[in-house]
Amino acid sequence: MSLMRVSSPHTRSGLGTSQVMLQVVAATVPGILALVLYFGIGVLINLALCIATALVSEAAVMKLRRRPVLFYLKDASALLTAVLLGVSLPPYCAWWLPVVGSVVAIVLAKQLYGGMGHNVFNPAMVGYVVLLISFPVDMTRWVGPTDVLHGVADIDEAFSMVFGHMSVDGFTRATPLEIVRNHESTLLAQLYEAEPVFATGGLAGSGWEMVNFGFLLGGLFLLYRRLITWHAPVAMLVTLTILSLVFYDSGSSLSKGSPILHLFSGATMLGAFFIVTDPVSGATSNKGRFIFGAGVGLLTFVIRAWGNYPDAVAFAVLLMNFAAPFIDNYTLPRTYGHKAPRRATDLEER
Amino acid sequence: MSSVTERSSAKERRSARDARIIARDAKRKLQPGDFSGGIYPPHNKAQSTAEPIGQIPLAEDLIVPLHQHIGASAIPLVKLGQRVLKGEKIAEADGLISCPVHAPGSGKVIAIEPQPVAHPSGMLADCIVIRTDVEQRWCTLNPCTDFRSLETDQLLEKIRDCGIAGLGGAGFPSAVKLAPRGNWSIDTLIINGSECEPYISADDMLMRERAEEIVAGVEILAHLLDEPDNVLIGIEDNKPEAIATMRKAVHGTRFNVVSFATKYPSGGEKQLIQILTKREVPNSGLPANVGVVCQNVGTAYAVYRAVVFGEPLVSRVTTVVGEALQQQRNVELPIGTPVAHVLDCHGVERKQLQRVVIGGPMMGYSIDNESVPVIKTTNCILAPTWHELPPAPPAQDCIRCGLCAEVCPVSLLPQQLYWYARADEREKLQAYNLFDCIECGACSYVCPSSIPLVQYYRASKGAIRLAEEEKEKSDRARERFEYRKLRLAKAEQAKEVKRQARKRAAEIARQQNQQNTAPQNGSAAAEQERDVVAAALARVKARQASPEQQLARLQRTLTSAEHRFERIQKKLTEATASQQAQLRAQLKEAQVKLQEARDKHKQMKEQQADEEQ
Ligand code: SF4
Ligand code: SF4
Repeated sequence: MSLMRVSSPHTRSGLGTSQVMLQVVAATVPGILALVLYFGIGVLINLALCIATALVSEAAVMKLRRRPVLFYLKDASALLTAVLLGVSLPPYCAWWLPVVGSVVAIVLAKQLYGGMGHNVFNPAMVGYVVLLISFPVDMTRWVGPTDVLHGVADIDEAFSMVFGHMSVDGFTRATPLEIVRNHESTLLAQLYEAEPVFATGGLAGSGWEMVNFGFLLGGLFLLYRRLITWHAPVAMLVTLTILSLVFYDSGSSLSKGSPILHLFSGATMLGAFFIVTDPVSGATSNKGRFIFGAGVGLLTFVIRAWGNYPDAVAFAVLLMNFAAPFIDNYTLPRTYGHKAPRRATDLEER
Repeated sequence: MSSVTERSSAKERRSARDARIIARDAKRKLQPGDFSGGIYPPHNKAQSTAEPIGQIPLAEDLIVPLHQHIGASAIPLVKLGQRVLKGEKIAEADGLISCPVHAPGSGKVIAIEPQPVAHPSGMLADCIVIRTDVEQRWCTLNPCTDFRSLETDQLLEKIRDCGIAGLGGAGFPSAVKLAPRGNWSIDTLIINGSECEPYISADDMLMRERAEEIVAGVEILAHLLDEPDNVLIGIEDNKPEAIATMRKAVHGTRFNVVSFATKYPSGGEKQLIQILTKREVPNSGLPANVGVVCQNVGTAYAVYRAVVFGEPLVSRVTTVVGEALQQQRNVELPIGTPVAHVLDCHGVERKQLQRVVIGGPMMGYSIDNESVPVIKTTNCILAPTWHELPPAPPAQDCIRCGLCAEVCPVSLLPQQLYWYARADEREKLQAYNLFDCIECGACSYVCPSSIPLVQYYRASKGAIRLAEEEKEKSDRARERFEYRKLRLAKAEQAKEVKRQARKRAAEIARQQNQQNTAPQNGSAAAEQERDVVAAALARVKARQASPEQQLARLQRTLTSAEHRFERIQKKLTEATASQQAQLRAQLKEAQVKLQEARDKHKQMKEQQADEEQ
C-alpha cells in the first residue's frame, strides 16, 4: 500500500474556478433576458458569435502553447469574457465585429499577456474599445428598444442585417445617454417629453433601465454568493451618483443628466458588477478595490459628460487598469502584529 | 542626495505612524474581539465524540523519540539492554530549552538508534525503543498535596522534570513559558480549549471528562504566573458539552470560561489572544509582550498530573478518526505507540486508506510510514478514505479572485505571495511579510484554482532561510579564514622568536664552554652577548606578555560568548517563524564567536604549556 505524501491542507472548499466563472456567467442572465426582450434576437446572435470565436481562439492559442486544451477551456474564463463582450456590442452589428472583438480580447488582451490571471487589462473591455476606436460608426449604431420601434426585427431581418444584406439604419435610434449629451439648450424635462425613448420608459430610457436593472439583479446574486465584494461596485455607483448630482443643475439646459439616468443607462450596472469586479485587472485588497471602483466612477462620469464618446465605462475601466498596480502598492493591508501597513516607499527602503 | 532625505523622511513617517498606533493600543481595554479572515470548514467532530476516551492494548515496542518538543534533543540516560520502569526518566533535557523524556511503559531498552518519526519531511531521528513487559510497573513517583507550599522554582522544576511540553501542537517546553520574565508583567492567562481544526476532539473530550483536573491545573498555572488578573478559558461554541462541564468546574473560582464563534483558525495562539483580549502580539515579540501567556487545556491537565501526582508526561489523549477506521474515538495513548498499532486497534481498512495525517486536515502532515510513533504533540491521527478527503485537483491558474486574502487570519495577500514565490523574488516575499504566515492553510482551502499555496510558502521560507544561513556561513568562513591566516602568521612569528632565543642560548652555552676552557679569552664580549640575549628574552616575554592576563581576558570573552549563545538559543525557540530566520543568523554568529573564543582559549593554554616546558 502506498500512502500519499501531500502538503497540508488536506481538504478544500468545494468551489472551483470553473464554478466561479459559470456562476458569474449565470448572473448575467437577467440582464441578457432584458436585452433580448427590448432589443431582440440580435443580442443572442452577438453572444453566439462571441462565444464561438472566443472558445476557438482560446483553444487555438492553447494548442500553440502546447497546453492541455480541454483543461484550460474548462475554466470557463474565455466563456465569461465572450459573454461580457457580447452583451456590450450593439445588436445586429455586422458579424465580423463580434468575431474581431473576441479574437482581440482572447488573443491580444489575454493570452499574449500570459493567459488567465496575467492580463493587465480587462479582455472584454479591450475587445470593445479596439472595436469602438476602429469602427466607430458600426459600433455606435444601437437599435431602438421595442416599445419605441413597436416591435423588433424578426429572425430573417436579423440575419440579413448581421450578414450585411440589409442596413441596420432603419432600426437605429440614439441612446438615452447620447440624447442627453447632445441636448442643446433644452431643459431636461422638455427633452424627456420629446424623446420617445424617455417618454415610453421610466426615468432612464425605455429598455435601458430594464437592462441595467437586470444586471443589478445579477450583481446582487454575485454579492450574495460572495463571489465579489461590495467595495468596487459600491464605490463606482456612489461616485457616479455624487458627481451626477453635482452636475445635475436641476435639469437645466446645462445639465449633465440625472443620477438616475447615469445609474440606469448605458453600461453602468454591467460595469459596476461584472467589469470593475474583475479581479485580475483590478486592485487586490478591499481598500484598493474601493479606490479602483471610485476611479472608474469618476472617469465614467467625466468621459460621459465632457468626452467624445457616448458611453465611457470601457475607457474608464481600462484607464483604471493602468492605475491598479499603483493602487495596490499603497493599499497593502496591515499584517497582524505589525504596527502599520506597509507602503510602497517602505518596500523600497528595504 | 534627495533619495537619502526621502528615505529618512519615509522612515520618520513610518515611526510616527508606529508611535501613534502604539499610543492607541495602550489605551485599549481588555475586550473580546475577532480576528480578520478565517474559514468555516465542516467540523467533523461528531465521529470521534460519541464514545468516551478509551484505551488500547499496549504496543509490543514503544518508540520514544528524544526530540518531541521545540528546542534541543534530550540526552539518553539509559543503556542498551537496561530495564526501565514506567515513568522513569530515560533522557535528560539538554540545556534550558529542552525537555526530558520518560519511559511510557516498563520494559527493556532494545535500541537507541535513528527511527522514522512523525515529521513532515519523513526524516529519521534518534529514539529509545522499549520492549514492554507484562507487569507495567511504575517507578516511585513524588506526589505533592499542596502545591502552594512549594516555591515557584520548585514548581517549575517539577513541571520541567516531568517533561511537560505544550500539548496543543507546537510542543514548547511549558516550564520555559511559565518562567517569570523580568520586564513583562502578565495580566492574562489564556487556556486554549478552542480546538478549531476539523476532526480533532481530543481537547473537547478531555474537557468533558476531566474538567476538574484541568481546572486544578489552571490553578497551578495561575499560581505560577503570580495570579494574573484574567484567567480565560477559551472554547469554540461548537463544543457545548465541554463548555457546560468546564463552566461547572470553574464555578466558585475566578476563572472565566469564554465561548466564541466557531471559525478556523481561532485556536492559533495569536488569533485566540486577539479574540479574547483584542490585543495583537507584535510581529517581533511574544504573547508575554502584551501581558498574555497561553497554554493548552491538555497542558493544564498534564501540569496537574505532574505537580500533584508527580506523574511525568508519558501518555496523551489523541483523536483517532477517519472513515477508513471501523471505530473512531479518542484514546489515551502511551507516548511512543506506533501509529500502525493504533490504526490496527481501530479496525483500519488498509484498502480504503489513502493517506495518514498526523494532526488535523488543515495543518497536519501526511506520513508515508505507519511505524512512526505517537509523541507528546500528536493530537490526532486521521485516516481518511479517498472519498472523504479527495486529493486536490490539478492546480489551475490564479484568477486573482482575492478569496485567499479575505480569509487570511493575519491579513496577508496570499495571491501576491504566490506570485512572488513562483518568481522566487525573495525580497518582495519578505516585504509582503511572508514570515508572518502561520501556515494555517485557510488560503489554500478556499482557492478555487486549488493552488497549493501553503506548499509554496513553506518552500520559499525554507529557501530564504537556507540562503541566509549560507550567506552567513560564507561570511563567517571568510572571516575565519582570514583570522586563521593571521593566527598562523602570529604563531609562526612566535616560533621564530623562540627559535632565535634558543639559538642564542645555545650560542651562549657554547661560548661559556669555550670560556671555561679559555677563561681569559674575551669574557667581556661574552658578558655583552649575555646581556643582549637577556634583553631579547625579556622582549619576547613582554610581547607574549603576562599569559595569565591574556588567559583571564579570553576566559571572560568565552563566558560572555557562551551566555550570548544560550540566550539566543532560548530566544530562537520562543520566537515565531518570522523572527526565527533572523535569530538563527544571530545564533550562528554567536556560535562562531564562541568557537573562536574556545579556539583562542585552547591555543593560549597550549602555548602556556609550551612555555612552561
Ligand atoms: S484564491 Fe487562489 S485563485 Fe483566488 S486569488 Fe487567491 S491564489 Fe488566486
Ligand atoms: S497559510 Fe499563511 S497566507 Fe495562507 S491564510 Fe494562513 S496565514 Fe494567510
